[in-house]
Amino acid sequence: MDITGSLSVIGFGLAAIGGGIGVGLIFAAYMQAVSRQPETQRIIQPMLFMGFAVVEALAILGFVLALIF
Amino acid sequence: MHLPPFFEIGSFEFAKHTVLIFLSVVLIAGFFMWAIRKQALVPAKGQFLGEMGYGFVRNSLGRDIIGEKEFRPWIPLLFSFFFFILVNNLFGSIPVLQLPTLSHPGSAYVLAGIAYISWVFIGIKRHGFGHFMAKMTMPPDVPKALYVFLIPIEFISNLIIRPVTHALRVFATMFAGHMAIMVAASLLGFLLSDVGGLGGILGGAGALLLGIFIYFLEVLIQVLQAYIFTLLFAVYVDGALQEGH
Repeated sequence: MDITGSLSVIGFGLAAIGGGIGVGLIFAAYMQAVSRQPETQRIIQPMLFMGFAVVEALAILGFVLALIF
Repeated sequence: MHLPPFFEIGSFEFAKHTVLIFLSVVLIAGFFMWAIRKQALVPAKGQFLGEMGYGFVRNSLGRDIIGEKEFRPWIPLLFSFFFFILVNNLFGSIPVLQLPTLSHPGSAYVLAGIAYISWVFIGIKRHGFGHFMAKMTMPPDVPKALYVFLIPIEFISNLIIRPVTHALRVFATMFAGHMAIMVAASLLGFLLSDVGGLGGILGGAGALLLGIFIYFLEVLIQVLQAYIFTLLFAVYVDGALQEGH
């Protein structure tokens, strides 16, 4: 059985591991922080999405590279 | 259902996704104009639905992120972003239409471009060019020597990578979701027609279940992406407006 296709897709799969772990850690930390001090939610939420966007950027760039090459 | 372009004007192709964009504008404007036609003090069902959608964007995206003082001028833009992206994404889950418009990157680039220009413009207008650049590239409370590395990194990540990923995030998820449904559907077709027999039928049933699962996952992702795009825009605006550093 021969398998054809692009190796870069496997590369994207590997790249997505990092982004997945990072996003998971960010949201876990957010939940913990808000459950300890619910009144800080308003302050933490923009930071949460800022960090989330930065971490997810890597996975998105990986997706684009998988499409290009 | 993939259709060829209907007609072309120069290099501009008027195709299915162009029609869908116009349809989305008509749908959104029509729905909200219908919802507020009476403006009753005690809202009926339609008006209640419209007010709930508006109130959601206004309160949880505008007021909570941008803040009590500044959020008012941003409501129209936030509202249009959220509902435009929401309706265009949900086109991907409606049978027959079955095409999320933003799975063509052009529309995602334009939306993120509008967002980028507006938050950079308001930041420069508020703080002045030099101060705004300093705010974007020089994080406070860092030893002076580190700025040699930090300024290029922050410049690239805040002013170049940020708008690119803002556009690509919604494009990539829509495109990949569209593809995933197509893969499940063609797997079903392949197992039923080319493989056949008992194994083909059993495998086809599995592929059908997979397709249904991906379909509902997609509906969730489509709503979530509209929310995240608007939320990130609000966060960027908030960052550009904030005083300090």
